[in-house]
Amino acid sequence: MNEGMSAIVKTMSVLLIMPMTIFGMYVIIHGHLTPGGGFPGGAVMATMMAMLFVAFGAEKSKKFLGKGSLSTIESLGLLAFAAVAFIGIQATFFSNFLANSASYFGMSISYGPNPGYLNSGGVLPLMNLAVGIEVFAAITAIVLVMLTYREEKS
Amino acid sequence: MESLRYTVLLAFAGLLLLTIIYLHPVGFPGDAPMDEYFIRNSQSETGSNNVVTGVLFDYRGLDTLGEASVLFAAASGVMLLFRRKKNE
Repeated sequence: MNEGMSAIVKTMSVLLIMPMTIFGMYVIIHGHLTPGGGFPGGAVMATMMAMLFVAFGAEKSKKFLGKGSLSTIESLGLLAFAAVAFIGIQATFFSNFLANSASYFGMSISYGPNPGYLNSGGVLPLMNLAVGIEVFAAITAIVLVMLTYREEKS
Repeated sequence: MESLRYTVLLAFAGLLLLTIIYLHPVGFPGDAPMDEYFIRNSQSETGSNNVVTGVLFDYRGLDTLGEASVLFAAASGVMLLFRRKKNE
């Protein structure tokens, strides 16, 4: 019954999917270089999903993205975050074992301004990615569940 | 009984007034060795240009784990609240 909004809104929302997704991923991936990180980037991508739900109708969206799969993605994000924290347990919980190690994400930078290297930051990019996935799935699940709820007829 | 209540209230008001009088003056920050440490060493220790991310995910990582868990619990609670009855 709720089949979304007019064709203008649908076309514009389809056009906006790509810029919003790219901006959200940029905020997540550059979290250790520029202001941003996992939480705001995930919120931007969840806003994209909320826009799609409003434009096309949440009932239709449930066919390919249910709350079960969203819960799975959310749990996997949180588990990945805790797992990355646990990998460094030989030093301490949440130890940054990749920083200044000259391996992945291990470029060492010194105090002061620099152009910003994506290959730095140690485990921070991995944690940003995990938290971004978790926030994206959690907010999308909240919006989806609230939009598709119908009152009980009794 | 009434006088006791007023005494307690007056004592509480006096305490609040004392707190206001002895508040730290605005605009004159005291010593902040931790801020200095984070600003000086965050880039070389965590390898991230963004000091906020360095503090959030490295120095105070456990706090961020709690934050993510709070979001997880909120999503679970909303899903539980908006569930549908199967039968009836």
